Amino acid sequence: MKRLVVLSLVLAMVCGFAGMSVAADDTVRIGVFLPLTGQNAFGGQLELEGVQMAHKEMGEIMGKKVELFVVDNKSDKVESANAVKRLIEKEKVQAIIGTYGSSLAMAGGEVSEKAGIPQVGTSCTNPLVTQGKKYIFRVCFIDPFQGAGAATYAFKDLGAKKAALLIDVANDYSVGLANFFKKSFNKMGGEIVATLNYQSGDQDFTAQLQEIMSKEPDVLFIPSYFAEGAIIMKQAKELGSKFKIMGGDAMDNPEITAIGGDAVEGFMHTTFPYDPSMPDMNPVAKKFTADWNKANPGKDPNVNAALGYDAYMIIMDAIKRAGSAEPQAITDALAATKGFVGVTGTTTINETHDAEKPVGLVMIKGGKKTYVGSITPEL
Amino acid sequence: MNLATFIQHFLNSLTLGSLYALIAIGYTMVYGILRLINFAHSEIFMLGAYLVFWGITLFHLPWPVAMVASIILVAGIGILVDRIAYRPLRDAPRISALISAIGVSFFLQNVAIVFFQAIPRQVYRPAWLENPMLWGDVRVLPLTLFVPLLSLFLMLALVYIVYHTKAGLGMRAISKDIETSYLMGVSVNKVIALTFGIGSALAAASGIMWALRYPQLQPIMGAIPGFKAFIAAVFGGIGSIQGAVIGGVALGFIEIMTVAFFPDLAGYRDAFAFVLLIGILLVKPTGLLGVKTEDKV
Repeated sequence: MKRLVVLSLVLAMVCGFAGMSVAADDTVRIGVFLPLTGQNAFGGQLELEGVQMAHKEMGEIMGKKVELFVVDNKSDKVESANAVKRLIEKEKVQAIIGTYGSSLAMAGGEVSEKAGIPQVGTSCTNPLVTQGKKYIFRVCFIDPFQGAGAATYAFKDLGAKKAALLIDVANDYSVGLANFFKKSFNKMGGEIVATLNYQSGDQDFTAQLQEIMSKEPDVLFIPSYFAEGAIIMKQAKELGSKFKIMGGDAMDNPEITAIGGDAVEGFMHTTFPYDPSMPDMNPVAKKFTADWNKANPGKDPNVNAALGYDAYMIIMDAIKRAGSAEPQAITDALAATKGFVGVTGTTTINETHDAEKPVGLVMIKGGKKTYVGSITPEL
Repeated sequence: MNLATFIQHFLNSLTLGSLYALIAIGYTMVYGILRLINFAHSEIFMLGAYLVFWGITLFHLPWPVAMVASIILVAGIGILVDRIAYRPLRDAPRISALISAIGVSFFLQNVAIVFFQAIPRQVYRPAWLENPMLWGDVRVLPLTLFVPLLSLFLMLALVYIVYHTKAGLGMRAISKDIETSYLMGVSVNKVIALTFGIGSALAAASGIMWALRYPQLQPIMGAIPGFKAFIAAVFGGIGSIQGAVIGGVALGFIEIMTVAFFPDLAGYRDAFAFVLLIGILLVKPTGLLGVKTEDKV
């Protein structure tokens, strides 16, 4: 008997909630879950500022007011799932933005996926975030995608015909980037003349580099972390190598010049396609940079804020195209996104719900990081 | 592979191998005397490299002075580790000393992470070690020769101490039979402290040279070289100084030559090296130069 009472109470609650979610027809409710405290707070705060800037700019869609509901996921996986649950069950949001950090995005994504609410990731780059998910999208590229960007630049801009790879086989990031590089470079007609492996923690690369040098490549791609990357470059220089060296965004650390010294001069790596110093900005990026500088004097905009901005705008774009703010309609429109122009370049959502977009390229010149330009990778 | 490439590989192997040998000696000396695997050895190695860095950046010492100061200081730290963590456990079961060694290793590693921070640091290299010399098609850094030569010098000095001095006689006596040495009036604790001092000084020297060769400092930089050198010591026959040298140099050659002759196996280079070592140990369980010892109860 007691069980029956509990059951009927639960039933009543569920029905009650279901009934409530139909309400509030005059507003569009967008949830935001980001790490505003904890170890990832730095990135989360910037992304929130980007989202808020976009909201300020486009606070209304199809005559309806857009309301933002912000929840802190505290850089914690459990909190992340709770935050999404709260957004969906209590705030009744129609779409969700978030988050910084792939593991946080995955924990939150499970909840959105079950509830059938679309979620757009800001800077979660692990391929697993969207894998096998119907309702999860992102505005950043996935890690390995950068490999194709590096290959495209090497082949088209540097004129490299022969490339070599030095891969950390104990690291998914490294293997993924190398695979994309290889595929793209081969497709354009280039040749991979040497593929050598090592394992995280190795410090002696002389044997591998010697072997690579004997094959005389034009460019060497090393998708490693900056600490190993700096040592590889140093040893390559000591051995008298002549090829150019490229890497991925894991090389993006000021320490690389401190450790590598003049050996990293001229080194190029891919990164997210936005930097306030970039020369070839599209009008959206120009406007974003100007607006940001007006609102935050003395603080440079960065790519996280730009991705937050784009995540909001891509949802608005989807609502506009769908002509409806129903979660399912937004989801379908998001999946069909093609050529959306954002701060971080022109984005197309592919069949795995990942963003295909330009890749940024940075070169170390005079011991300083310089933004060279954006590349549209040849996939 | 042409001759020039081979010579280049050969020199690289020799450099790597002599560094392994120098670290392996430290393991083998302590083991020979105390039957203790000194896991803290790889952290001593790391401290040696860091102290040079701090000597130069904080106290503006010239490089050779910083190097000598670091070696002396680290020798002192080695003696201190023995005094605090191993000497009180001299009569305890061997496993207790082993656990104490693991504890010291973790302690030093974490102290380094807190005080030195986990970000990798750059290493100062004197310019005369960096300017490449060209011998025909072979490109040689003075560093590539400096490391094996200094290692050789240190090893010869060690052999002199062990075989031609009174303290060395004490070491050899203790390694044969610690109880009898006590009875014969050898000041066992002093000799053991000296052993730790010398072993640690060699570790510091190899840490400094390792940092010159692979120029970056990290609190965990000692872990992998230390581990490999330990295996080299076992391979050569633990307890034997000559064995440690042969084991270390052999491991350096196996690692580099594997990649040189079988580039496709580069990712498995450790696995390949260790399979070979296991094979040799199966045939000769005490290592290349190891002597069969009866267990002392």
